[in-house]
Amino acid sequence: MTLTRDQVTHVAMLARLGLSDEEVERYRQQLDAILSHVDRLQQVDTSKVAETAQVGGLVNAWREDVRGECLPVDKALANAPKRRRDHFEVGAIQE
Amino acid sequence: MSRGTVSELGARLRSGESTPAELAAQARSALVSLESLHPVLRYTDALTERQAGRAARMLAESPQQAGPLCGIPFAYKDVLCVEGVETSAGSKILQGFIPPYTGTALQRLLEAGAVPIAVTNCDEFAMGSSNENSAYGPVGNPWDASRVPGGSSGGSAAVVAAGAVPFSLGTDTGGSIRQPASFCGVAGFKPTYGRVSRYGLIAFASSLDQIGPFTRSVADAASVFTAIAGYDPRDSTSSPLPVEPVAEQLVRGIQGMRLGVPREYMAEGLEPGVLSAIHTAFAQLEKLGATLVEVSLPSTEAALSTYYIIAPAECSANLARMDGVRFGLHVDRKSLTDTYLETRGQGFGPEVKRRIMLGTYALSSGYYDAYYRQAQKVRTLIAEEFDRAFESVDALVCPTSPIVAFPKGDKSDPLSMYLCDVLTLPVNLAGLPGISIPCGLSEGLPVGLQVIGPRLKDARVLRVANAYEQATAWHTQAPPSPGAVTGTPS
Amino acid sequence: MAHAGAALARGGYGDAVMTATSAVSTLDQVMERYEAVIGLEVHGQLLTQSKMFCGCSADYIGSPPNSNTCPVCLGLPGVLPVMNRVAVEYTVRSALALNCEIPEHSKFDRKNYFYPDLPKGYQISQWDMPLSLNGHLTFTVDGEEVRCGITRVHLEEDTGTLQHAGDILQQARSSVVDLNRAGVPLMEIVGEPDLRSPAQAREYLVRLRQILVYIGVNDGNLEQGSFRCDANISLRKRGETGLGVKVEVKNMNSFRAVHRALEFEIVRQGRLLDQGQTIAQETRGWVEAKGATISQRSKEYAHDYRYFPEPDLPPLHLSAEFVDRVRAALPELPQQLAERLQREHGLSAYDAATLTAEREDARAFEALVAAGVPAKVAANWLMGEVARLARETRTPLHGSGLGLEGLASLVKLVEAGTINGSTAKELLEELYLTGGDPAAVVKERGLGQVSDQAELERLVGAVMAENPAAVADFRGGKEQALQRLVGGVMKATRGRADAKVVTGLLRERLAP
Repeated sequence: MTLTRDQVTHVAMLARLGLSDEEVERYRQQLDAILSHVDRLQQVDTSKVAETAQVGGLVNAWREDVRGECLPVDKALANAPKRRRDHFEVGAIQE
Repeated sequence: MSRGTVSELGARLRSGESTPAELAAQARSALVSLESLHPVLRYTDALTERQAGRAARMLAESPQQAGPLCGIPFAYKDVLCVEGVETSAGSKILQGFIPPYTGTALQRLLEAGAVPIAVTNCDEFAMGSSNENSAYGPVGNPWDASRVPGGSSGGSAAVVAAGAVPFSLGTDTGGSIRQPASFCGVAGFKPTYGRVSRYGLIAFASSLDQIGPFTRSVADAASVFTAIAGYDPRDSTSSPLPVEPVAEQLVRGIQGMRLGVPREYMAEGLEPGVLSAIHTAFAQLEKLGATLVEVSLPSTEAALSTYYIIAPAECSANLARMDGVRFGLHVDRKSLTDTYLETRGQGFGPEVKRRIMLGTYALSSGYYDAYYRQAQKVRTLIAEEFDRAFESVDALVCPTSPIVAFPKGDKSDPLSMYLCDVLTLPVNLAGLPGISIPCGLSEGLPVGLQVIGPRLKDARVLRVANAYEQATAWHTQAPPSPGAVTGTPS
Repeated sequence: MAHAGAALARGGYGDAVMTATSAVSTLDQVMERYEAVIGLEVHGQLLTQSKMFCGCSADYIGSPPNSNTCPVCLGLPGVLPVMNRVAVEYTVRSALALNCEIPEHSKFDRKNYFYPDLPKGYQISQWDMPLSLNGHLTFTVDGEEVRCGITRVHLEEDTGTLQHAGDILQQARSSVVDLNRAGVPLMEIVGEPDLRSPAQAREYLVRLRQILVYIGVNDGNLEQGSFRCDANISLRKRGETGLGVKVEVKNMNSFRAVHRALEFEIVRQGRLLDQGQTIAQETRGWVEAKGATISQRSKEYAHDYRYFPEPDLPPLHLSAEFVDRVRAALPELPQQLAERLQREHGLSAYDAATLTAEREDARAFEALVAAGVPAKVAANWLMGEVARLARETRTPLHGSGLGLEGLASLVKLVEAGTINGSTAKELLEELYLTGGDPAAVVKERGLGQVSDQAELERLVGAVMAENPAAVADFRGGKEQALQRLVGGVMKATRGRADAKVVTGLLRERLAP
């Protein structure tokens, strides 16, 4: 099973990674090689095994419904690349 | 460089011979002199000064309460958030990011009076085995600057190996503490998954990541572990069970212990020099009274594939928040979609992009069952095999890495790089504690011995490692002066 | 087939009418030929103190932008979620109220997609092991019992909010993000496509909302968005069992909007099908101003949510004991309450339904009865004068100055004969918002009912003497004349006479 160019561009878009044509081809080859190796996993018989849910075996890790401290607005927005007053600003959501 | 251990420096502080500020200054100078190896990304000067002051007060006012880390200088990996200090995860996409909060492990160290000096270089988002994936340039191995220190915590390993600080913090997802420890000839400890809070650790693979120390002695690793381990309500995966006291177990020796050697780990393309050093180490363990027994972990071969499905899958989601909206790099475009594409396309390096795509693919519609679900099942098999082995032995011993530090640029093929971690990543998959300690040299380069224990038996792992270390002198070996090139290029 | 019947009854719609009114069918005509298959998806914010995975307040309405955030709900690097136990409990409570099964094992999953109101780039939600499954909601519409299946009730986190420049998403060159709401606990209730008309859909929502408010998990506010509804609707020819193409309808902010939007869709889809066209499977938004749904198809790339188990949150094991405890703590549900009021107090079905529409009204009713007020009297006061005042002043009884205690006191004064009905009504109006002790006010102002026999007889005599024409009219057979005389006595006593006694006395004296 070879990874196709379309599959790479599809996955790149799902992950919002902008790639040049050259990059698409380069990654295609590399990912294809990795997947060929990783495909070995199919040979392992897991018919009688359950998926690992939590390697620590913990369950019901919840907290009580208590209010804690919030960040002051300026701290919340301190790292904002584009700030409009007290909001984060983004570009056109629909082209 | 003093190469003093935590205990030695602690004694100097209490006797009045040194002050925290003096130790901090010495450590800083030592780190500056290492700049050609590029292990440091930035110095935490303001925080250093505050903490040195705090430590001095603690030592003066309540020396009995002050723990072993009070006043001790250290460095930490660029994936751990500290309020007010730039944390970039070795990536351009987080350049300039200043967290408004401090993570739990660091918080505990600060409360213990430890003095951070610098933020260390690492592979971008902790993805790599050679520290060649940092967006800020590679790190050199103190034993041979032309070679890699290992990764992803290469910077943290190098600064301890070079003697600049007695301890540093790294993180381990597939071997990123143990493997660089092995390459740099220092102790590198990965606690049981859930033993140290991940709150504040920029996530790579949530079910595999753990924070742990690099030190030049196992006793120091135990001190740091004790300071940072324990339940944290802010991390739902942190174990609520009390931490087993380490100190008393540490020095008990290994007389009568059964140590398992996984057959499959001894076959994995080991360099002759590594094999030889390991066999010598095994003999030493037997001399100390332990019985070595062969065990089998049949799914070892599948572990690499399992890891390279689960880790990328989790990271593909963990890194989705790097979108240029609330923090980090923002490449301005008219449309939101183009901003996402350009910001992430430019901000992430090649290895990160590879893993994000691999993970996205493994989770995508039509592939989830064959890849992700299958991997999580094989993971169960791997964990069960360890459990079964531990029914007949107390701990496992084996090499940390099949090879010693390799020259920079040697492993440009991603898959060949992944193979560096075959002996370490199964431990993360099973969530077990593991340590690497120096056990010899192969052509002038360090070889690491790995000790693996059952879940939550961190104290036992440290005990076995300590027994070996105290009976040998590998941990006292220092690399030749920085910049020197030793060893035979491969 | 009720609709077809109605159409026929209206005057015999038949082929002739079809051709005469051109190709544009009405709702009734469409419903004659097609059956609507409707499934509703409701999202309800939970009334917890804090957010789902962090300690920020869940009560964010009115907070200045981005002032109700922390590193966790901002989705900063290095943070981790911690589950809110009460949110889990509220969801289980809701599921039990909707007759769902609670599986022992449940977990959270990551739902991955990119959007600026989703800080982590994934929403923590539930995919294949939700908190509950297989429930139902039964209710009556137009005398017909409807049992709508509930596929599942699960728990997730809400997103932040966006404001678009110019307010129109499709044209905005920029938008701004507020994360105050990000992370608020959100319960998703997915209904089976068992609903067959806009009326049924509306009633389903009314009932569902009522239950959630009753059990204290949601405040039922559609306008503020704490209770949201999306619909899936398809048509099929009557008699067929297969499913038509499903259209998703969003942006309906009131029950009326849901009703209108579904009616619009039925007509729109019916007309297309009549013309032999296929329905596009798409998402459409209701635009109130246009009274129409508009396609929201955009250049959006197909969502592949790539669900996988949330590694930062251990799974849930809900024991039978836990579920039993939640079940035991379930407040009485509206239907049960209505039935009980009918049984215990002899209320009519209508009165019981009216009084249990809002839980506070039922509470008020029971409190009044407990204070000694007869059931029917209590019911009349609450459904009549109190309801009117509550509407006019936009203040419910439990939020008014007079309150339940004051009302009880007032009603008891009437029952005791201390004041008459009209005095009570006036006092109620006066004291409703400001509050006050009715008994004290009555005493202070001497508003007590005049029931002294001698006094009333004297007044009756006086009024009869002053109104000889009315007396003559009444004796001449005009019943209404009596009222004028009664009115005269009431006026003389400034409305405080006991009207029944006065009427009785007058009849006696007027009798031949």
